[in-house]
Amino acid sequence: MINKGEILQTIEMIDQQHLDVRTITMGISLRDCGCADMNKSCDKIYDKICRKAGNLVRTGEAIEREFGIPIVNKRISVTPISLVAECCEANDYVPFAKALDRAAKEVGVDFLGGYSALVQKGFTVGDERLIRSIPEALAETELVCSSVNVGTTRAGINMDAVRLMGETVKKTAELTKHQGGLGCAKLVVFCNAVEDNPFMAGAFHGVGEPECEINVGVSGPGVVWQALKSAKGAPLDVAAETIKKTAFRITRVGQLVAQEASNRLGVPFGIVDLSLAPTATIGDSVADILEELGLSSVGAPGTTAALALLNDAVKKGGLMASSSVGGLSGAFIPVSEDAGMIAAARAGRLTIEKLEAMTCVCSVGLDMIAIPGDTPAETIAGIIADEAAIGMVNSKTTAVRVIPVPGKSVGDMVSFGGLLGEAPVMPVNTCSPAEFILRGGRIPAPLQSLRN
Amino acid sequence: MRAFITVIGKDKVGIIAAVCVLLSEQNVNILDISQTLFQESFTMIMQVDMTQSSAPFETLSERLTQLGTDMDLTIRIQREEIFNAMHRI
Repeated sequence: MINKGEILQTIEMIDQQHLDVRTITMGISLRDCGCADMNKSCDKIYDKICRKAGNLVRTGEAIEREFGIPIVNKRISVTPISLVAECCEANDYVPFAKALDRAAKEVGVDFLGGYSALVQKGFTVGDERLIRSIPEALAETELVCSSVNVGTTRAGINMDAVRLMGETVKKTAELTKHQGGLGCAKLVVFCNAVEDNPFMAGAFHGVGEPECEINVGVSGPGVVWQALKSAKGAPLDVAAETIKKTAFRITRVGQLVAQEASNRLGVPFGIVDLSLAPTATIGDSVADILEELGLSSVGAPGTTAALALLNDAVKKGGLMASSSVGGLSGAFIPVSEDAGMIAAARAGRLTIEKLEAMTCVCSVGLDMIAIPGDTPAETIAGIIADEAAIGMVNSKTTAVRVIPVPGKSVGDMVSFGGLLGEAPVMPVNTCSPAEFILRGGRIPAPLQSLRN
Repeated sequence: MRAFITVIGKDKVGIIAAVCVLLSEQNVNILDISQTLFQESFTMIMQVDMTQSSAPFETLSERLTQLGTDMDLTIRIQREEIFNAMHRI
């Protein structure tokens, strides 16, 4: 029998500590929607999404009500569109993005991911067409998210793709300049992208996934933060144990919601993604957790070590709580979506270089970082290459989601609204990597032994 | 289906009565009640069985929330599974 203290603790976690399920994401395969006639293909995509996800939002809301746990987002991920669009004769893939956007709006989800291409070893004709259409696709749709995988540990890094993505990020910002470059908030460049990620903007439904599945992303930085307050001053192994116990509880809620959604929708359960995803709300911050561990500010020496401890403990605690763990699974450090990160970045205590170091030990990468609008495309490509190299060498997922905000310079603030939050424009090293980037070609896959 | 109803707020006359009347009207069986008072803050936890309930979960939840608003209290109903998931292995 559950006791009173446990019931009140659960309610306090939800009410005061912002415990929520961040997303229920339905993965849908669109591999049967390819067609030589683009309009027909778009119709098939629209129909299939509406058919499969028609009850997703309603079901999510019913689960929220019955368990009393907020489910912040209901989302869809689809097969990378380059694979679906490739068999049509069209050069311009933007109509596919529009069909996805219409379907997402029709079923009422918050975002749809999968306007994607996987080009770690090279481009097919469809991959290149898709990437070249990304800026326009993101400017002309609202809910569609895009991602491109430019490297893997097994294949190395496709530096032609890195260069192209530098240009693509820049052009996307330009086409959405009236919204502060918002398009770039919906565009992720990956190394070692995962196929079952429920989080945006990088979600897509990989080719090894089933016809349709339910993936759930949990959250709960606020709960971890509060739990750590009860272990103030304790040795770090005690802090790690505290985080593990809390992560277990958070993940069990995610597992419950995932099972329930899977049963009600008649769709197999895929994975629970054990991520600490912050929001810009006060008290829902990963930076707060790091500071609770004893850092005077996130960004101080020791930040990477504290984050490594946090990330590992979250996984260890969460693993036993779910029958199937996957996705990105780790602590997120998106600057604009975390009140503590925003404050540290504004005060100059947190730099891009420190964030880059932090991405070596956590999920997922340089995320939601505003940079000056006049940052050259080659410099953005350099940032992408560095991050991809960290992922490639360390066999982990890394990503870049930076926003070169048109017309803004260091210190200016930019607001993206909603969960995307607001960010100060951070300084970028102005030395040019242009010659390195313009070489193109590939960085060969790294050695898997002699790992020092 | 079993659920927990929690009532939190400032103590006043008739809180338990009002909740019990509402539940009885919907044919919801009360399995257990506990109540505490700390200073003037009232906390009641009620375990209920909804198997024979005449109203769907959604309607009952809305009526309880409305009762809470009327009485200046926070009233929630949540299915038992969420507490079991978080606190039992």
